[in-house]
Amino acid sequence: MQIYLPIAEVSVNAFLLLGMGGIVGFMSGLFGVGGGFLITPLLFFIGIPPAVAVATGANQVVASSVSGVLAQVRRKAVDFQMGGVLLAGGVVGSAFGIWVFQRLSAAGQIDLFVQLCYVLFLGLVGGLMLQESLRSFWRSTRGGAIRRSHVHTWVHGLPFKMKFRASGLYISVLPPLAVGALVGFLAAVMGVGGGFIMVPAMIYLLGVPTKVVIGTSLFQIIFVTAFTTVMHAVTSQTVDMLLAVLLILGGVVGAQIGARVGVKLRADQLRIMLALLVLAVCGKIALDLLLTPSEVYSVTVSPLP
Amino acid sequence: MIVRGLILALGLLCACPVVAETAPAETIVAGLSQSRVSITADFVGSEILIYGAVKRQSPAPTAEPLQVIITVEGPPVEMVVRRKDRVYGIWTNSAEVRIDSAPSFYAIATTAPLDDILSATEDLRHRISVPRAIRAVGISDEADSSSQFVTALVRLREATGSYTVDQGAVRLTEDTLFRADVALPSNLTEGDYRVRIFLTRGGRVVDQIERGITVRKDGIERFFFRMAKDQPLLYGILALLVAGFAGWGASAAFRWMRP
Repeated sequence: MQIYLPIAEVSVNAFLLLGMGGIVGFMSGLFGVGGGFLITPLLFFIGIPPAVAVATGANQVVASSVSGVLAQVRRKAVDFQMGGVLLAGGVVGSAFGIWVFQRLSAAGQIDLFVQLCYVLFLGLVGGLMLQESLRSFWRSTRGGAIRRSHVHTWVHGLPFKMKFRASGLYISVLPPLAVGALVGFLAAVMGVGGGFIMVPAMIYLLGVPTKVVIGTSLFQIIFVTAFTTVMHAVTSQTVDMLLAVLLILGGVVGAQIGARVGVKLRADQLRIMLALLVLAVCGKIALDLLLTPSEVYSVTVSPLP
Repeated sequence: MIVRGLILALGLLCACPVVAETAPAETIVAGLSQSRVSITADFVGSEILIYGAVKRQSPAPTAEPLQVIITVEGPPVEMVVRRKDRVYGIWTNSAEVRIDSAPSFYAIATTAPLDDILSATEDLRHRISVPRAIRAVGISDEADSSSQFVTALVRLREATGSYTVDQGAVRLTEDTLFRADVALPSNLTEGDYRVRIFLTRGGRVVDQIERGITVRKDGIERFFFRMAKDQPLLYGILALLVAGFAGWGASAAFRWMRP
């Protein structure tokens, strides 16, 4: 069934959009990532103009994150205190990110910067996570030494300590603020919710238990992407609500199924899968940059002023 | 001397079209199957039938055959063509050419190969062929090989069906009746479309006529499009509410199905 999208101004198959939304929603519910780094390239691929894909992708992530968070709240797997602190840092970071984005746009090199950001951070995060999760997976299958859940590092010596009940942590608010600010910055520049950076940062830098990480990450993604959606709607008018509704319908159902499947899987298995997914997207973007493209020309159409 | 020369030259320039267009022996009478196209949610493209006849005061000249050229042109847009080059091993956009005005959609239908039935000067004057329809004035300053950019633009737009050249698609019966079907693709934009019909003999335009097609979004398409433009903040908040409600709805539905 073909449907004409009012803002994207193209006609696409409605079931294809439902299916794409479903797959990305499933990932979102399973891993606690918003899926922005998946949905945007997929929309480019089926011929949606890039500006519409980025803005509408953000809108879809809001819906799947709400759906995912509600599923996690019922399992008491959301640390609202931690989420709030991360969000406070995120607001500062994204404000700075928007400023950098505007400066780079004016210089005409934003596409390249965003792609390099993707390759660098996806590669770094995916590689580190894969290495760690494989190690813990082998350790647990061999039944070796018991892993200590809390390792004391310099992070625990910082001031302004706060009790994060749901995470079972008593740490300084400074590291979560810094992580939030970094993710907010990258989210604004790269046009994603930042879940794929937030999840490993919370696990490895802050020591938050994996079960709580997913819900908490989704909780703060809601606010980041909601802000992005409204910003795009106001400044560039590129949010396509019809496209969003179709992606959302698939996405919210997928997110629920993903959350349920996630309960049945082990934390280290989940991390291995997320690491592989992140590395796959990283590899695809890296190849696009390195291989000779089949078409070196591209056209951007804009209405006459 | 120079002034007189200029006046003479101007006079010649002005005179030429007048000579060519005084009382054409053959004139077009034409119609369209529809003058309004509504883009609704189930829009998958549309086909416009363009038909007409040649009206003559005197018997048709037999020296050169009569030919018909039909163009359908979408509202003009600004385009930026970018070329990727390898910089430090990475493929990145390195050169760009801005095209001030090019039609968003352009279709040509003819009775015979365009080069055979239209002279270069007439093409230049009426902007009929695709490269002429793209107003690429002054782009040569922007990049060293701007004609390649225009060629690439035409190639890319032809690949998406936005520019089409269908030579031989116009059927001409007994040098009098003609008809052509022009397909409007599903990725159509809103605006006023211009249909031009040219009669040519020996590469020269004998008569031309212009008609309009209004392409408008309708129903839910119109509602979303207008709201996004007129009430962007409200639209953004509505988009969030839809997203939030859908997320909550799915969560509640799943809990109800599998408690």
